[in-house]
Amino acid sequence: MRFEDLQIQVTQLPGAMPVWHGCVDADQWREACLHVRDAGGRLVALWGTDDTDRGAALCVHVALAWQSRLMVLSLPAAKGSYPDIAAIFPSANRMQRAVHDLLGLRADGAVDQRKWLRHAAWPENTFPLRRDFDDAATCTNGVDAYPFVKVEGEGVHEIPVGPVHAGTIEPGHFRFSVVGEGVLKLEERLGYKHKGIEKRFESMTLAQGARLAGRVSGDSTVAYAWAYAMAVEGVTGITPPPRALWLRALFLERERIGQHLWDLGYMGNDAGLAFGLAQFSRLREDMLRTNAALFGHRYLMDVICPGGVARDVDADGIDRIRHELKEIVKTVVTLRAIYIDHAGLQDRFVDCGRIRQDHAARLGLGGLAGRASGVACDLRAQIPSSPYDELGLNMVVRTGGDVAARATVRADEIVESLRLIERILSNLPSSDILIQTPDAPEYAFGVGWVEGWRGEVLIALETGAANRIRRCHPHDPSWQNWPLLERAVLGNIVPDFPLINKSFNLSYSGQDL
Amino acid sequence: MYQILKQIAITGIKTEAPPTTDESLRVVAQRLKAEVLAHFHGALAIRHVDAGSCNGCELEINALSNPYYNIEGLGIKFVASPRHADMLLVTGPVSRHMETALRRTYEATPDPKLVVALGDCGCTGGIFGESYASCGRVSNVIPVDVAVPGCPPAPYAIMQGILTAIIVAKT
Repeated sequence: MRFEDLQIQVTQLPGAMPVWHGCVDADQWREACLHVRDAGGRLVALWGTDDTDRGAALCVHVALAWQSRLMVLSLPAAKGSYPDIAAIFPSANRMQRAVHDLLGLRADGAVDQRKWLRHAAWPENTFPLRRDFDDAATCTNGVDAYPFVKVEGEGVHEIPVGPVHAGTIEPGHFRFSVVGEGVLKLEERLGYKHKGIEKRFESMTLAQGARLAGRVSGDSTVAYAWAYAMAVEGVTGITPPPRALWLRALFLERERIGQHLWDLGYMGNDAGLAFGLAQFSRLREDMLRTNAALFGHRYLMDVICPGGVARDVDADGIDRIRHELKEIVKTVVTLRAIYIDHAGLQDRFVDCGRIRQDHAARLGLGGLAGRASGVACDLRAQIPSSPYDELGLNMVVRTGGDVAARATVRADEIVESLRLIERILSNLPSSDILIQTPDAPEYAFGVGWVEGWRGEVLIALETGAANRIRRCHPHDPSWQNWPLLERAVLGNIVPDFPLINKSFNLSYSGQDL
Repeated sequence: MYQILKQIAITGIKTEAPPTTDESLRVVAQRLKAEVLAHFHGALAIRHVDAGSCNGCELEINALSNPYYNIEGLGIKFVASPRHADMLLVTGPVSRHMETALRRTYEATPDPKLVVALGDCGCTGGIFGESYASCGRVSNVIPVDVAVPGCPPAPYAIMQGILTAIIVAKT
């Protein structure tokens, strides 16, 4: 088919999601992005590859969601650069900078050319994802000089926070510029957790990669494992048995409920209602124990694998889950009412950390945070792969865009996921749960695309010889949402930052890779 | 307020005290409490440092505070500064970008101090190993008293690790 009037030849990739792939030149690259943006599409991911060992060039790829499908466009960048698209999709800014840090490809015309993922672990002119990079080379660990944007004027001062934070959370640096308690600017510095995940993938077989994919961001292990399995199933041309797909949806919804329970508890706690944390975290612990008893892992790690799932559920297990669901739905409804009626809590939640709908849409806010700001995007509803096409999701959307809206979206999504789980349990097909994964052809390209609890997780996978991974790019929805957190705190006071941060609950590990 | 009190009453006390079905947990919790009482005068202060984990271990550290494990009930609390800590609980392979921060956190912790490395990554570098971006295991960067395997280790295993570190330090 042709990509509208742009004369771009694209072909559909085999796999569970409607993904199309084509090669473009530099003009088409920008035109396609403009076209997708103007048609209401969005940027899902941007990454680079090194194909110089195949006699080709360094290459940059963009994944665009457009008209109920994913369009992956690849641009060979022979001169070491490609046209900037951050002017079209602002969320591309950090992705482009990461591509430069890891591959040495520069975005021509980009306003912000600072480093992003690189601190001091490897030199400026060395690029870890290049084929000729020597992983054993000793890297100097010097000082990370990063040019933060300075806010100046009378009474302005800076508060540097992190990378080691005060609570049990992941490391990152936040630079607040404040007058009194009011935040004039927040600038994030991430990349502290960069541990070479993408390079690691390249030393693995397709089978081994599943385990690593499930540990890109531990709190979204199900979403990543499913996306990875989907990509492998695409390149090997298999479809998992129906029961496996339905069980995957069960796992994904359980992960969503568990994380939402957790966040709701912590949001209450951060606003001074410890009762909320005790109640929600109790429900969550019940779920984790059920996960361990029925599926062998509290967070369902490694339960999804290419070809299907590793664990089945029997009639007793279904009864246990059903019984648990009744308890959760009853308690969540009660707790939601308590949260809404609690004056102290609402005083902190309402109008705090607001992202307006127009900003959210223009700047690319996604996932549950997007849905709390009126951006009605959910793959499960809009591009449903099996079994979501049969489950019929009622997407939860709010327009408030503040902490209160993000709390409401979570509470309502819990109730909706509980409804989905009931449908899954009632209609679970009878079949095998795992099929053999055949050998994959060399240089095959596959994509996995799954709506995790935080937002859409994407895996772009290219195979090498002998069932090895040639390149794997895992994309976390936090890439899109981190910059919006900077926006959300503007005009708020510093003490509200932990609450606002928690209401987004973004992944550091998933972004830092 | 009435709804909150009612919900608290309905929920009851979830903290796993004897007698309980999880006998091993009961034993560990009781011993841990006794050790904390004896050697830290009832208040062991832990500073958690994520040095590059996938965030799976953080989920379980946070779970320690839920009503079932109620780790604060044993006299153990997580503190915001290493200067207030008796023990560092370190997760992850140590990313090279966190190496300096981890060293500084260690140096900022007053002596005598204990270090518990958490999870397969903290113990061995785990699936991430050593690379241009990862220093691998925690003991490659700072001295470690006890390493608790698991991916992630369950709350019970973490409590056991903390207990072991206290006992090891004593001997």
